[in-house]
Amino acid sequence: MREILEILSENARATPTEIAALLGREVEDVAREIREMEDSGVIRKYITLVDWEKTDRSYVYAVIELKVTLQRNTGYDAVADRIARFSEVESVRLISGDHDISATVRGSSMKEVAFFVAEKIATLEGVQSTCTHFILKSYKEHGVILTEKPKPKRLVVTA
Amino acid sequence: MKMRMKEISALRPEAKVARKVRAMPPSGIRKFFDMVSEMDEAISLGVGEPDFVTPWHIREACIYSLEAGYTSYTSNKGMPDLRETIADHAKGWLGLDYDSEEEILVTTGVSEAVDLAFRAILDPGDEVIVPEPCYVAYVPDIMMAGGVASMVSTDSSNQFKLTPEAIECAITEKTKALLLSYPNNPTGAIMTREDLEEIADVVVENDLLVVSDEVYDKLTYSEKHTSLAQLDGMQERVIVLNGLSKSHAMTGWRIGYVLGDPALVGAMTKIHQYTMLCAPTMAQMAAVEALKRGNDEMLKMRHEYDLRRRLFVSGLNRIGLACFEPKGAFYAFPSVEGTGMTSAEFSERLLNEQKVAVVPGDVFGPSGEGFLRCSYATSREELIEALDRMETFLSKRGL
Repeated sequence: MREILEILSENARATPTEIAALLGREVEDVAREIREMEDSGVIRKYITLVDWEKTDRSYVYAVIELKVTLQRNTGYDAVADRIARFSEVESVRLISGDHDISATVRGSSMKEVAFFVAEKIATLEGVQSTCTHFILKSYKEHGVILTEKPKPKRLVVTA
Repeated sequence: MKMRMKEISALRPEAKVARKVRAMPPSGIRKFFDMVSEMDEAISLGVGEPDFVTPWHIREACIYSLEAGYTSYTSNKGMPDLRETIADHAKGWLGLDYDSEEEILVTTGVSEAVDLAFRAILDPGDEVIVPEPCYVAYVPDIMMAGGVASMVSTDSSNQFKLTPEAIECAITEKTKALLLSYPNNPTGAIMTREDLEEIADVVVENDLLVVSDEVYDKLTYSEKHTSLAQLDGMQERVIVLNGLSKSHAMTGWRIGYVLGDPALVGAMTKIHQYTMLCAPTMAQMAAVEALKRGNDEMLKMRHEYDLRRRLFVSGLNRIGLACFEPKGAFYAFPSVEGTGMTSAEFSERLLNEQKVAVVPGDVFGPSGEGFLRCSYATSREELIEALDRMETFLSKRGL
């Protein structure tokens, strides 16, 4: 199971046939395990890492740090859940340190993101303060160095 | 003045080259190298080195050492810190004690260590038993050292392992040493502890030295590597040659090392100090980092090779190129018997028709005829594409 997940987390398009060959296992067994992991939610989604900068449709991303009032019974979960429901929000995480919750937000412009935070997030009950950090450039995402140059070539045939 | 001109024009430089150098066979790889170099979009399975770039923390340690000004010579034997690190590594990996002052030498790659070992132990006419197919440098190095290589063949029916019988057949009164190179380039064969025990008996009975090139020792997939030096009473007889090129993807850094008896390592050090002086300082700094903190990255690379190994070897067998399971290094050695082509014919046609480069097995010795060396130190995508092209190549011939 772990080995299949390692391969898929590197390349979501790896087929059961390919994974079976890599692991020296039967294709049917691999396909069944993948299905089971999809059904049980171990595999949540297959996504594509897009470098939007290279397209004509670029987005504005921001990290929003929030201070939140702890609530009886629900702790941070209630407010975190509310934030997570907005489609503009890409991730929500409980963090340690000066702030309590960190969310990443995607929008078409800085103005759009700023207004979204001011109107929808800062006004939520329990949110004490927000601090918005606009992302200016992304160097590495999901383990991929976006600024990396192609690696030098090896000699084509060596002993 | 005129006389002098005449003398110069009469000089034939090629005739001035030493006889033993003229007698050295040209590398069989050269021809393929030239052919592939001129070709666009060829997939090369002919590369004998990792496709990974050296892990960043190792490169970073080297950069830091340069910033700090470590640019002088080191001790001939290598930096004390590196030798101590190698001693610790040998203790952990092989369970053997080597004194960092007298029993360890840092060389400029394992290639230099091979050359030093033969030059240090061979008198003119001394014989070295060399199991083949094997890496291309051993025989020329033995020749250059004034020795004679006595080739013994290994074959696929025995997973290209060396047998004690084969050694016994080759022994004469001039036999001084045995060369071992397992995990093996080009076959991917390994020698287990049981296999080595039989070899050890023959070695002791005939009072041989052993030069053991173990540069692929971290890359085994079925069991942990065993060195002949680990067997009872064998440590003093075995000159262990190793390096970081394959395990840590550090081919270009040129760092190798020797473990062995003080008398033998001392003899090698003597030659080393007059020829190489010392291994590159910045590469030695990187090697310390690699050995101290490079294990996780090394295991990651080995895991990736293992995945590719299964993918590629099962693929070869599926398309009809029978391949025994290679248990070490990063080579598959499939057979082309049954295709009606020699290794060289197969390789040349495969390259011209399908743009896939492999190395014909006979480059590594006569027993390699009928086989191809395919390196799976190549991306998965390229391996899959290469298998497709090889399948097309075979099916066009109704094979």
